[in-house]
Amino acid sequence: MISEDTSMREALVKDESGLLSIENLKMYFPIYGGVFRRQVATVKALDGISFLIKKGETLGVVGESGCGKSTMGRTIIRLSEPTSGNMWFRTRAGDVVNLSELDRNEMRPIRAEIQMIFQDPFSSLNPRMTVGDIIMEPMALHLPQLGRKQRWTRSIELLERVGLSEKQAFRYPHEFSGGQRQRIGIARALSTNPRLIIADEPVSALDVSIQAQVVNLMQDLQKEFGLTYIFIAHDLAIVEHISDRIAVMYLGNMAEAADSRELYENPRHPYTRALLSAIPVADPRYKKPGRIILQGDVPSPVKKPSGCGFRTRCQIAQPDCSEKVPTLVSTEKIKHADNSDTKSMHFVACPHAARWNELISKSVQGMNQGSTDTKAQTEPASP
Amino acid sequence: MPNEILRVENLQTYFNTEAGVAWAVDGVGFTLYENEVLGIVGESGSGKSVTALSILKLIPNPPGFIHGGQIFFKGEDLISQDYERIRKIRGREISMIFQEPMTSLNPVFTIADQVAEAVQIHHKASRWEARERAAEILELVGIPDVRARLDDYPHQFSGGMRQRVMIAMALVLRPSILIADEPTTALDVTIQAQILELMLKLKEETQGSIILITHDMAVVAEMCNRVVVMYCGRVQEIGTVDEIFHESKHPYTRGLLKSLPDPRNKKPRLATIPGMVPSILDLPKGCSFADRCPDRMARCEKSMPPLLDVGKEHMVRCFLYEEGKAHPVTAKTDSSFEAASNESPATGDPTQPITMEDKA
Repeated sequence: MISEDTSMREALVKDESGLLSIENLKMYFPIYGGVFRRQVATVKALDGISFLIKKGETLGVVGESGCGKSTMGRTIIRLSEPTSGNMWFRTRAGDVVNLSELDRNEMRPIRAEIQMIFQDPFSSLNPRMTVGDIIMEPMALHLPQLGRKQRWTRSIELLERVGLSEKQAFRYPHEFSGGQRQRIGIARALSTNPRLIIADEPVSALDVSIQAQVVNLMQDLQKEFGLTYIFIAHDLAIVEHISDRIAVMYLGNMAEAADSRELYENPRHPYTRALLSAIPVADPRYKKPGRIILQGDVPSPVKKPSGCGFRTRCQIAQPDCSEKVPTLVSTEKIKHADNSDTKSMHFVACPHAARWNELISKSVQGMNQGSTDTKAQTEPASP
Repeated sequence: MPNEILRVENLQTYFNTEAGVAWAVDGVGFTLYENEVLGIVGESGSGKSVTALSILKLIPNPPGFIHGGQIFFKGEDLISQDYERIRKIRGREISMIFQEPMTSLNPVFTIADQVAEAVQIHHKASRWEARERAAEILELVGIPDVRARLDDYPHQFSGGMRQRVMIAMALVLRPSILIADEPTTALDVTIQAQILELMLKLKEETQGSIILITHDMAVVAEMCNRVVVMYCGRVQEIGTVDEIFHESKHPYTRGLLKSLPDPRNKKPRLATIPGMVPSILDLPKGCSFADRCPDRMARCEKSMPPLLDVGKEHMVRCFLYEEGKAHPVTAKTDSSFEAASNESPATGDPTQPITMEDKA
């Protein structure tokens, strides 16, 4: 799934089941300042991301605000320009192309294959167009062989497929509720026959009862059309429900990636542990085993800590954490609680993750001995 | 029975709109006891925020107005009080924090000024005294290195820190009730955990009560002692947190809980509540949940069910139940939300005897 070798293109060419392979993707935003608007700093929104996504699967991407998860989605479809790195994509015709190197004209046919669903169903639909026209618009560009009448028929079909009716095609977006607008956004994404859909927080703005409707719809459509999803969200419970695999991001890097069940049952990275433990559980009788409450905030991506980006909030930070950025490495295969074992590909970017129990008991002891040095929380103790 | 501190009775808050009168809150009533956390949950448009704003008479008028009802705070009816009296209660007795920590602070005043303002006004304290109080409370809510940051402006703080400042402002006068309207919705989950823990810790220290308004059932489960479930401007169910999550009576509450993904008990499909929330401008004549309800009966569409006592502290607004009886009186027992999932339908629950046919 993730590797440091550079033969990812060949891997994708060989392995027919692969759809998209991201290799050391970087995306830096420059910050300009001063009188001459010179570049004064860089926001490292994506700082070397690698993963492979297979046809028909759902990759969940989670992380807190500012971790780069939305930038990743936007960079894949080239709404943001990557700074460096390769994005190998297997097209419908079977060719493997590098999305990073395509120009506008070459990218256009690819955009029909990769579509996006946005978070805010209130601002992602043009208020001056009827719903039917909104769904027809991408077809006019990407499926020129269809006449107006065929496009209209298809947009009605899609509307009905996502649970709206033909007469609603003549209405405008403001006449719809949030859940219905998100359905319209889904119909629009489907109109070009995409193979990969990048859904950026598609249900975050919706009420709980409507969230479930939209998630179910997305799962049905995935089966029906053989879609592949990149599902970006901050709500881990929803991500766990819909994803086959989950990648956890922190400050532009991947902290951990694994099968969703494996990640939930066996979180390895200190950040994933804290994230899972911070999620409230909708059951008053459930007593959580010792909640980890992270201290402080996510550092600004402009002033990323040296080495591991998480070390300033990490409970088991060691002196060497500031030296180099940890890379994702595979862990061995793990037995589940019910004695089944999966050859899950579990990747963790923390060299000390395996020693969690030992290090955490040390750090708890340290705190109990009355070391009130709060800096221990924010900076790794010197040896 | 713990002492009651706030009692809302038959609150009606309406808004005049171009399309007619919107009954945002229509007949809401509940009691808040000392030293408890009461959750008010509901989806957008359920009237939970309007209820909270009504308690402090913060409803913008026009277009909104409190049409009727009573709100007793320590025996005094707030609705009939004049502006001057309410001003004395706001902040000192009942204070409020809002969802958006980004927009609730004034960008042109320093943190210390904003927190100290309430002390200067309510306690007629000097500038210096007020500043000292502000520093103490900011330290209590966990602002690191407080003294150095007193003269910082809100934009120099992160979202979580701004919400801490909001909490400090709300608590600086040690009010007996804190109303928190979606206090963590805009925050990341690790910051949410920090803020929720802080609120519980401060509640223990000040022996106050909290009204927590949220749409997040999981936050309610972790924070609250009792819960009010609202839908379309009305209370649908009130109970202890255990009753609401494990013995919920109202089909809406059950549907809401079933539609949550639960990683500990994974289902192939989420159960859903079909349809959508009706507009408060055009509410159905009978039960407002009737058209989405799997247990709908003919009478549900004709008349509104009353709020019935079904336990010591447990009330539900549903014709499936009868006053004073904990079990449904009709044949249909468990909500057929199950049918939406791929599981086999639940086998009959022995604790819910079938007693009568639908009378309607």
